Amino acid sequence: MQAATAPEPRRPDARILEVRRDGTLTVVLRTILPDLLRPGDLLVANDAATLPASLRGIHERTGATVEIRLAGRRSLRYDDVRAFTAVAFGSGDHRTRTELRALPPLMEAGDALDLGPLRATVLGLLGHPRLLRLRFEGDPANVWEGLARHGRPIQYAHVPEPLALWDVWTRIAAHPVAFEAPSAGFVLDWDMLGRLGARGIAFATLTLAAGLSSTGDPALDARLPFDEAYFVPEPTVRAVAEATRVIAVGTTVTRALEHARGRAGEGIATQRIGRGTRLRVVDAMITGVHEPGESHYALLRAFASDPVLQEMSARLERDQFRSHEFGDAVLIERQRS
Amino acid sequence: MKPPSPLSGLRVAVTGGTSGLGLALVDLLHREGASVAFVARRADRVAAVAAGHRGAHGLVGDVSVKEDTHRLALRILAALGGLDVLIHNASSLGPVPLAPLADTACEALEEALATNLVGPFRLTKALLGALTAAARESRPALVLHIVSDAAFTAYPGWGAYGASKAALAHLSRIWDEELRPHGVRSLALDPGDMDTPLHALAVPDADPSTLKKPADSAAEILALLKEHVHASRDRAGTPAA
Repeated sequence: MQAATAPEPRRPDARILEVRRDGTLTVVLRTILPDLLRPGDLLVANDAATLPASLRGIHERTGATVEIRLAGRRSLRYDDVRAFTAVAFGSGDHRTRTELRALPPLMEAGDALDLGPLRATVLGLLGHPRLLRLRFEGDPANVWEGLARHGRPIQYAHVPEPLALWDVWTRIAAHPVAFEAPSAGFVLDWDMLGRLGARGIAFATLTLAAGLSSTGDPALDARLPFDEAYFVPEPTVRAVAEATRVIAVGTTVTRALEHARGRAGEGIATQRIGRGTRLRVVDAMITGVHEPGESHYALLRAFASDPVLQEMSARLERDQFRSHEFGDAVLIERQRS
Repeated sequence: MKPPSPLSGLRVAVTGGTSGLGLALVDLLHREGASVAFVARRADRVAAVAAGHRGAHGLVGDVSVKEDTHRLALRILAALGGLDVLIHNASSLGPVPLAPLADTACEALEEALATNLVGPFRLTKALLGALTAAARESRPALVLHIVSDAAFTAYPGWGAYGASKAALAHLSRIWDEELRPHGVRSLALDPGDMDTPLHALAVPDADPSTLKKPADSAAEILALLKEHVHASRDRAGTPAA
């Protein structure tokens, strides 16, 4: 596998590895996804738009340069944008691999952070020198304006060029609540969605505030995914109830559907999905190309046995699938019932 | 007690919302209880209009600038919690004073195209996820393009404006064909010759009494919006308000 290093999420030559229920593997072009599905199937995608959640600035007490990556909040509400969970890095930027990024100065409750037009107060650390709670000053409109002006999409060393917001919004992006792109959704385009409808395959959305995929710090990465707020609209609940098969676009959709279990409305997904998790709603999932050790890979264990996943990884390696958010994809059917 | 307006709670974004037709639209929509976000370039005017329309969200940005598009989309969606109606009203006249095409600088044509065609195209694209999400929830999902009779009649001197508005009207028709299967409609509307700052730039010596008031054009557009809201409620199987 190799990392996809440029933000070209819908390359015409992007591929999908289909991992069927019986363990057989087939490689197809992304664009024929509708042909892999059957009338009566329901495709559910995450319509969260990605926030410019990386904020550069100064830790006032020490004068040190920091990068603050917003990572979570307790709701999806417009006016609830003061308090966030965040991950802090010291000097440097995304071009340095997160594993090698300097620690931020030791933060204490009450410390002030100057983040361009935004000002925030550290409320305290959450058991790790990089993980903190912060609160922005000002009213919600000021916070949104500050984020829009000063924030940049969170990005990683495998994509060196600076990303713009349009690089990290999926075609269906509707609610600006995600901290990182719900990147499985990059597989979709409008032409494809039109063909789904024509073939009698239903399409629905939910919104989950996708959090960080990685921090580079083993102790923190072990705590991923953080809690994620979500919202499932009533029509989506109805569509799930009527579908013969439910195909989740992305780990975030799997997490939300399995947490909501048929309830419409707001919730906070706190659970971990992995080996031993019994999936009750999702029959198959489209996801990016993940490597063993990533938090997303652990989730695949709820869909397929280790031998099948090992074969999948070998095939992805052999066929040089591109990994990470702008890479190729996997469509995996649930093997355990 | 007056029954609530069918526009109550409708989530509407208006570009060019601080003068002329845009301001009249913000005014009427706000009065009818719609959730309104409006965009304009000048911070002082945005602040003044926002101050006069409690609860309306004023956003500073330039629809002709690519870098502003997603920032505006972000703030519109955050402020309104989604989007039902997008009104592309911000317009550029092109060269001022009006000039024959032969005397129009290429850059002046590009500027008119950036504001009147490319900007609306970009903003619609950025907001399409939200508009289709609204459609899936059986809400009205509509993109309105404000055009002009200069889009359809070849008025000498109105070349940059007329050509860009003609392209916008055609863009709107193609959007409508392509988006209908996704539950989103697109319309181009000619509000008529109005007494607006743009018209004053184009025809400085026009007699205002011969021109339509922006509020009258805005009221016509609202009537059309109401029809659309009723139609979408009928389709959703719920009784119209």
